[in-house]
Amino acid sequence: MNTNFSAEDRKGWMSLLASAEEARLTELWQDYGLDPDFEFLRAPEVGGIMVRGRMGSTGAPFNAGEMTVTRCALSLADGTVGHGYVQGRCKAKAEIAAKIDALMQTGAAEALNEAVLVPLAQARQAQKTARASKAAATKVEFFTMVRGED
Amino acid sequence: MYVAVKGGERAIENAHAWLAEERRGDTGVAELSLVQIREQLSLAVNRVMAEGSLYDPDLAALAIKQARGDLIEAIFLVRAYRTTLPRFGSSRPVETREMACDRRISATFKDAPGGQVLGPTFDYTHRLLDFKLAAEGDVPEVPAADPRMQTTPHITSFLQGEDIIEREPFSDDVPGDLTREPMVFPASRAVRLQSLTRGDEGFILGMAYSTQRGYARNHAFVGELRIGTVPVEMEIPELGFCIEIGEVELTECETVNQFKGSKTVPPQFTRGYGLVFGQSERKSIAMALVDRALRWEELGEDNLGAPAQDEEFVLSHSDNIQATGFLEHIKLPHYVDFQSELELVRKLRREAAELAETLASREAAE
Amino acid sequence: MDQQSRNTVFAGGFSNPPVASAHAFRAAMNAMARPGQVQKIAGATPPEGISVAAGSLLLTLCDPETGVFLAPDVDSEALRGWLAFHTGAPIVAAELADFALGGWQQLQPLNRFRIGTAEYPDRSATLIVEMHRLDVPNAMLSGPGVKDTARMQVPELAALQANAALYPLGRDFFFTSGSQVAGLPRSTQVIAEA
Repeated sequence: MNTNFSAEDRKGWMSLLASAEEARLTELWQDYGLDPDFEFLRAPEVGGIMVRGRMGSTGAPFNAGEMTVTRCALSLADGTVGHGYVQGRCKAKAEIAAKIDALMQTGAAEALNEAVLVPLAQARQAQKTARASKAAATKVEFFTMVRGED
Repeated sequence: MYVAVKGGERAIENAHAWLAEERRGDTGVAELSLVQIREQLSLAVNRVMAEGSLYDPDLAALAIKQARGDLIEAIFLVRAYRTTLPRFGSSRPVETREMACDRRISATFKDAPGGQVLGPTFDYTHRLLDFKLAAEGDVPEVPAADPRMQTTPHITSFLQGEDIIEREPFSDDVPGDLTREPMVFPASRAVRLQSLTRGDEGFILGMAYSTQRGYARNHAFVGELRIGTVPVEMEIPELGFCIEIGEVELTECETVNQFKGSKTVPPQFTRGYGLVFGQSERKSIAMALVDRALRWEELGEDNLGAPAQDEEFVLSHSDNIQATGFLEHIKLPHYVDFQSELELVRKLRREAAELAETLASREAAE
Repeated sequence: MDQQSRNTVFAGGFSNPPVASAHAFRAAMNAMARPGQVQKIAGATPPEGISVAAGSLLLTLCDPETGVFLAPDVDSEALRGWLAFHTGAPIVAAELADFALGGWQQLQPLNRFRIGTAEYPDRSATLIVEMHRLDVPNAMLSGPGVKDTARMQVPELAALQANAALYPLGRDFFFTSGSQVAGLPRSTQVIAEA
């Protein structure tokens, strides 16, 4: 049992798994190679959540529209419970996310973090940086035209 | 009146088979894949997500393919699918201040902190057809510059510092949801915004344009327009804490509108707000203008009788699925309905003819 | 949370949710459509102290948008956790509840539960009342869904008569015991058994 993690850590890895690219996550999980025995507490199910915004970005909330989410809960043979909440409609992805959530609470945490979470975080960061770099190149640099003599 | 009539099953089945064939078109031409639609017709995908009120690009791409590119039909498919989803909950309100902006412009301040970032815009294209795209073209390499990774503050936050623009009253009240409770008038601003963001782009655009042409003019500046992704966070009941459950692309428009003062309140700008799924610039600007027009009563303005001020008119007619459903149902069999009208008109004509005959014979007799 | 309470929280849901909840919903619907007639309802295994019938009703009727009030006699960490995991329903005060669960005495006073409005009579509370048994009739029922008269065991007459007098407003009741449920909608007239 790994008890050496905070709610903040758990929030971090669950968040990373939620928006991970499905193909990349599946590949990293397969390369990691360990597929633990488990039992579903809640078989993967597809649903929606209502996304809210704020009036004028800082005011009262309003409902902007829904997004698809797939969730799953399972327990490992030792009773550790893992939850997966992932964007989109992929049951396999939710299952992998729940297994990783469970294993991150066990002694497997360190190796799993290295094998799956670190590469996912790097990929996410690289993708964000690449987009931000393209945006930065379209930033307008104003300059004042010199007019008249001298 | 509707009466069930049997006998169309065979014709309907055959029509569906033909529809499937027509959808596919010439089989000598490669079939469109969903990823092609998602990646290369992304603004159509965005519109289907916004008006279908469900963020899922793959699903929207499927709907567009199935609907043969008829976007309202695709939106209909997404709406129908949406109703089958159990709702797991609601997100925390997204923080657009934290948006990773692809585009961010202001028409009010040239030197806005964070800068004017054009992003992948059509604005400065010449609107000339590019025949190079008719052939398979290479994609030009996109220049990159030093990325700005910190958050970009909202323009309105600077104006708010001076109190020169109205403040948005903050709350964490649970907003009304028009997909759960029937709309009642007067509607809250929360329900109006929900209705506008899923409303038909053409209708909202037309309404917004009418305010610019003088029907309840409110003199809008685009204080800021930003497009980018924000994380969506939700509290998970069984965990008791919040996690990010994904990311959505949004377009946000904040307008700075005509000011108003009174004896007690010094003049202050007012504001309108637009927030739409995906890259939906036209829609979000239009939404902000219509939001502002609908706020006339709250801001103590006169009702000028303009369509864009009429909440019941705007909200009852903005939904293209409701509208198309009611409009298109009149092409379905109304045989009995029509038969009764037909008989009524025949009867009236007969009576008129008889009356004319009586009058004529009376005249002849005199 | 220790392992023991964890297991009670995550266990006990419907084993095949689409089918089981459809069966339970049908039982709940029949209970309301045929006031007083006892229906069998099962599928859920709620934490100790809560009947199978009440647990199955909660799993079938509650979701993140329905507030649930738990009377003191049924309220527990285990039940709250179980409801959160299986339904996502928030626990709310009696005045805001869409559903309420408890023994009759512990649910009192009834007048704190919502009765709906003239425009929306459905914006009212449905009370799930845990009973020791349902098979000792002490009231005669009449009204929609009752051919002539039906008999039913109720915990108290006066309060239910007062509720029926509010019609079309008022609260609706499920009475549960073991894996049995009987319904008493606000539209049913209740009198003492002759």
